Amino acid sequence: MRELSLNILDVAQNSVSAGATRIEIDVLENTGTHILTVRIADDGRGMDEQTVRRLPDPFFTTRTTRKVGMGIPLFKMAAEMTGGTFLIESEPGRGTTVTATFRTDSVDCTPLGDVESSICALATMNEQIDIVYTRAADERKFVFSSAEIKAMLDGVPLNEPSVMTWLSEYLKENAAALGDLQPGE
Amino acid sequence: MKSVEELLAIKNKVKGQMNVRSENGEDNIRVLVGMATCGIAAGARPVLNALVEEVAKRNLSNVYIAQTGCIGVCQYEPIVEIVEPGKEKVTYCKMTPEKAIRVVTDHIVNGKPVAEYTIGAVAK
Ligand SMILES: Nc1ncnc2c1ncn2[C@@H]1O[C@H](COP(=O)(O)OP(=O)(O)OP(=O)(O)O)[C@@H](O)[C@H]1O
Ligand SMILES: [Mg+2]
Repeated sequence: MRELSLNILDVAQNSVSAGATRIEIDVLENTGTHILTVRIADDGRGMDEQTVRRLPDPFFTTRTTRKVGMGIPLFKMAAEMTGGTFLIESEPGRGTTVTATFRTDSVDCTPLGDVESSICALATMNEQIDIVYTRAADERKFVFSSAEIKAMLDGVPLNEPSVMTWLSEYLKENAAALGDLQPGE
Repeated sequence: MKSVEELLAIKNKVKGQMNVRSENGEDNIRVLVGMATCGIAAGARPVLNALVEEVAKRNLSNVYIAQTGCIGVCQYEPIVEIVEPGKEKVTYCKMTPEKAIRVVTDHIVNGKPVAEYTIGAVAK
């Protein structure tokens, strides 16, 4: 993928498919250590140990439209290429947490890109799921919760185009206010 | 900074329009964007953004944008499907933001599907 933000959107789609009611996404940048941590945690159906072990294999998928599953292998590769780490923890019936770290000073580090655009797409296209997004740059932090927005909207759907447009700007402005972030698209 | 007041104003405006339409209304148009790995890698996100922006700009209150999964023709992603009641579904493939804007203006607003972007035309 051209941006890590696209991997984030894609890996979160696994949580959507797993029937999650809540997805937490953390994007934490440490400019001192040059480490970027991305965490995607859901309360979906989870997987047993054997399934988790097979995940890095592109020929493992439970989808029926095609024989390969690329999402997890691509994200893992993107992290490990930089000298970073990749971990999946899962428990059947409880949920799944995917944590990847990236060495941002590596020449092989894919640009983070426009994470807010991914969060906006994920939240507005999946009204039934509460998205909690935490973006941090060193000590500065911004937390977004789609549940709070939904409460204010009082029945107006998040995928209403004028709402999506507002949300997209809102996320962008708040992330930009953190400063020192890699530029988006 | 985008304010919560602004969001509340949008909410009130949409609520006003919602009284004159319904989710299952006869002129409702559903726009489905493929958001599986293949779609995302091929550029589904900017296509979605372009659709949203154009639909919002034109204040098309009968258009519902949603995501769908992989329909199994990954080489033709990004894919956008337009579903209108009483009509056959139209599947557009290899979409770009520019093509998406044209689909909104020609197909959704003027009712003329863009034949050259459909999967039938591209697959030839
Ligand atoms: N968060 C999760 N919860 C439950 N199961 C998961 C989760 N993430 C992945 N899986 C399982 O692992 C499989 C492989 O995931 P992966 O993202 O690599 O491929 P895919 O989603 O099947 O296809 P693709 O990502 O290429 O569209 C999935 O089909 C699913 O069964
Ligand atoms: Mg996947």
